[in-house]
This record gives sequence, structure tokens and C-alpha cells, in this order.
Amino acid sequence: MIEFSNLDIIRNLLFATQWTILLSLAAFIGGTSVALALTAMRLTGNSAMNMVVRVYVEIFQGTPLLMQMFICFFGLSILGYEISAWSAAILSLTFFTSAFLVEIWRGCIDTLPKGQWEASRCLGLGFLQTLRHIILPQAIRVATAPTVGFSVQVIKGTALASIIGFVELTKVGTMLNNATFEPFKVFSLVAIIYFLLCYPLSWYSKVLEKKFNVSR
Amino acid sequence: MSLVDLHQVHKYYGDFHVLKGIDLSINAGEVISIIGKSGSGKSTLLRCINGLEAYQKGGIVVDGNEVTSEDVQVRRLALSVGMIFQNFNLFPHKTVGENVMLAPTIVLKKSKAEAEKIARNMLEKVGLAEKFDNYPDTLSGGQQQRVAIARALAMSPKVLLCDEITSALDPELVGEVLKVLETLAEEGITLILVTHEMNFAREVGNRVVFMHQGKVWEEGDPKVLLTNPQTDELKQFLGAVL
Ligand SMILES: Nc1ncnc2c1ncn2[C@@H]1O[C@H](COP(=O)(O)OP(=O)(O)O)[C@@H](O)[C@H]1O
Ligand SMILES: [Mg+2]
Repeated sequence: MIEFSNLDIIRNLLFATQWTILLSLAAFIGGTSVALALTAMRLTGNSAMNMVVRVYVEIFQGTPLLMQMFICFFGLSILGYEISAWSAAILSLTFFTSAFLVEIWRGCIDTLPKGQWEASRCLGLGFLQTLRHIILPQAIRVATAPTVGFSVQVIKGTALASIIGFVELTKVGTMLNNATFEPFKVFSLVAIIYFLLCYPLSWYSKVLEKKFNVSR
Repeated sequence: MSLVDLHQVHKYYGDFHVLKGIDLSINAGEVISIIGKSGSGKSTLLRCINGLEAYQKGGIVVDGNEVTSEDVQVRRLALSVGMIFQNFNLFPHKTVGENVMLAPTIVLKKSKAEAEKIARNMLEKVGLAEKFDNYPDTLSGGQQQRVAIARALAMSPKVLLCDEITSALDPELVGEVLKVLETLAEEGITLILVTHEMNFAREVGNRVVFMHQGKVWEEGDPKVLLTNPQTDELKQFLGAVL
């Protein structure tokens, strides 16, 4: 049996953290892109498109992320599509992230007074012009804090990818625990690393929120 | 041909019949005050005139163009009809100057220099030239409303629709806004205003339109109509306001 010094444990965990960060980034980028597209669909006011977005949000908010991962990973391979744990994790995290972001952003856009749309319309601005010059600049200010705050959920969500076999922080923690039989030490370290990843983001989100509240 | 022409306009919100056959004809340069109880359809009438709301029957013609609430139509209409709201609706993320320059730049495709010149002129007109670089939330309500007027004027509209534009203001700030309106009226712009300011309606207005239950109940010369109302409803309304 291989002996693991504390330094070995930390080194292995830090190496695995890279994958957690990478998976989080991929999920966040994928999630924001899809959420942008869904938000655009919703803003057209077309009722069919609205319906599509609603169903999408209901499905992915209304089921556990783990089940979505299982379906992406096992389900797709049963259907004959070979998919890596990495791809399945990104795919399901993208669904998850976008479904929540699109709702968060909708809330932000809805907080803008209807009068902003009407005043723009009365000045002769078209839909896209109003969106670009009036609505989005204000909505982005409001949305930044909750979006950064939500990224914490994405990071924590990546831990589930360990269950479908993707080797990231939690998975390596489990493996180290199996080798060392020191669950308290190993998982405390894992938790500390997650905390160090998440805390700056939730702190920054609060700073942004305050900044938004005092400024225009 | 009158500048704004409404013919038998009917408007429903679902089953609710809001406007019940409005006939109204407004000539260029007229100052029309629309009065009436809350809920009588005054705002809805204004919003139909500039296409913010669709109407279901009848016809509205502004400056020779039939009004529908099609997006394209509203944008064409914006060139001849300006609107001022009770709660200003300034763009809070833009400076006063940018608020006024926005539509000339984007809609009229003016150069930045041209648009700035227009904006400075219009702000001068409403007495706020020195506020060009301030943000709206640093201004008083009366000043914000004057910026909103400057913003509408920057599109050189033929008609200005004003929906209770002094109602949200502290009493001491009402005068400065009415004064701007008076200047505009003297310069010959067409004004259609929903208002509770009876003195303004009497002194500056050419005509008063009293709305009741979605209809034009009474209309006429302000001095005559306000001192000698014909219907019980108007008598009652004036009794409540004066
Ligand atoms: N968007 C709307 N949907 C349904 N009913 C409305 C809407 N806007 C106004 N109404 C109703 O139409 C009537 C007339 O409203 P409005 O034109 O705002 O009256 P006023 O400006 O004279 O107070 C009111 O009874 C109001 O409740
Ligand atoms: Mg009203």
C-alpha cells in the first residue's frame, strides 16, 4: 500500500481542483450562453418561444441535477451515443446553470419599470434599440451580483460529476479517503478548498450588490 | 385638415369598454386640456393617439397618417408625436445630456455633434442648460420633468401629449413645469394634456374636453365651459376639484 503524506494529499487535491475549476468555467460559460439565447427568445414576446423557455426552465429546475447527469451519461450511452463523463457533466451543468440564470435575469429585466420601454417607444426606438441602449445596460447592472452569486452553486454542483466518474476535487477526495482511511482529514481539506473557491465569489457578489444599491 | 383626428374610437381592455366612441378633432397650435375623473379613460385616449395602445374600432389620423399600434407605425408616429409621462421615465443610467441626445442620434441618425447641439438648445429652452452632465437622480422632480420635455422636444414633434405631468410633483415645483408648457404653447406647438390644473386650462388652453365614462361628455372654450358647465357630471366634477 502506498503511503500518503499530508503534502501528497494536498498536492493531489490541488491538482484535482484544476478540473473542478475547469468544469465550473465550462459550465458557467455554457450556461450563460444558453441563458442569453433563452432570454432573447423570451424577450421577443412570441408566445411559442416563451412556452419553449418555460418548459425548459421547469424541466431543468424541477429535477435533481444528479438525475440530469445520469440521463446525460448513462441514458445517452444506452441510446448508443458514447459520451464521456466530462461531456456529460458539462452538458448537464449547462442545462442546470442556464435554467436558473434565465430566471434570475428575467427577474432583473422585470424590475425595470415598464415606463422605460414606453418612453423609448415614444421616442421612436425600435425593440432591439431599446434593448441595447436602455434595457440591457440597466439589467446588467442589476443582474451582475446575483449571477456572480449563482456561480457558487455551479461550483458546488460540479461535485456531483464525481458520481459519474469524472475525476475532480470530490472524486479525488473519495479516492484519497479510500487509500488513507482518514476521512476527517481528507474531506475537511476538500471542504476548505471548495470554501476558498466559493467564498471570494459570494463576497464579491455582496460587494456588487451594495455598490448597485448605493449608485444609480 | 386637422392635425389630430379621432373618429368614433372604441377601445376595450378584454371585455371592459374603456373608450366608447370618441370623436375629437384638434388643429395645429391648439392647446387642449382633457379633464375628468380617475378611470374615465383619459390616459387610454392619449395612449391610443400615439399607438401605445391598440384600439378596436374607429379611426385615428395624426398628421395625415392613420395610427395603428404596429411597431413600425409607432416609430413613424414618434416623429410627429411626443409624450411626457407623470413619472418622467428618464433613463437613469444616462446623463441629462445623453437622455436628450439619444433619440436624435439613434432614430434620426444625427451626428454626435449635431445631436449635442440640439440637446443643449432644448435644455436651454427648459432652463436646464447647466445640468447637461448631471444624472437624472441628482435633479428635483420639477427639473426631471423639464428634462423629459426637452427630450421629447429634441425630436421636434408637432404634437406633445402630456399625461398628468405635474401630478407627481411637490406643489412648489408645479409652476416651473407649467411655465415651460406655457412657453411652448406660445411658440405654437400643439399640446394635448390630461391635467388637474384648472387655472392652466383656463388661462393657456384653447379648449377643454371633459371625459366621463369613456366618452367626451362636454367640450368647449375653457372660460365658458369651466364657469358654466352644462351637464350635472361636469358640475359635480368641477365642484370636487375647485
Ligand atoms: N392595461 C389595462 N388593462 C386593463 N384595464 C385597464 C388598463 N389600463 C387602464 N385600464 C382601465 O381602464 C380605465 C381607464 O383608465 P385610464 O385611461 O388610465 O383612466 P384615467 O387616465 O382617466 O384615470 C380604468 O378603469 C382602468 O382601470
Ligand atoms: Mg390617467
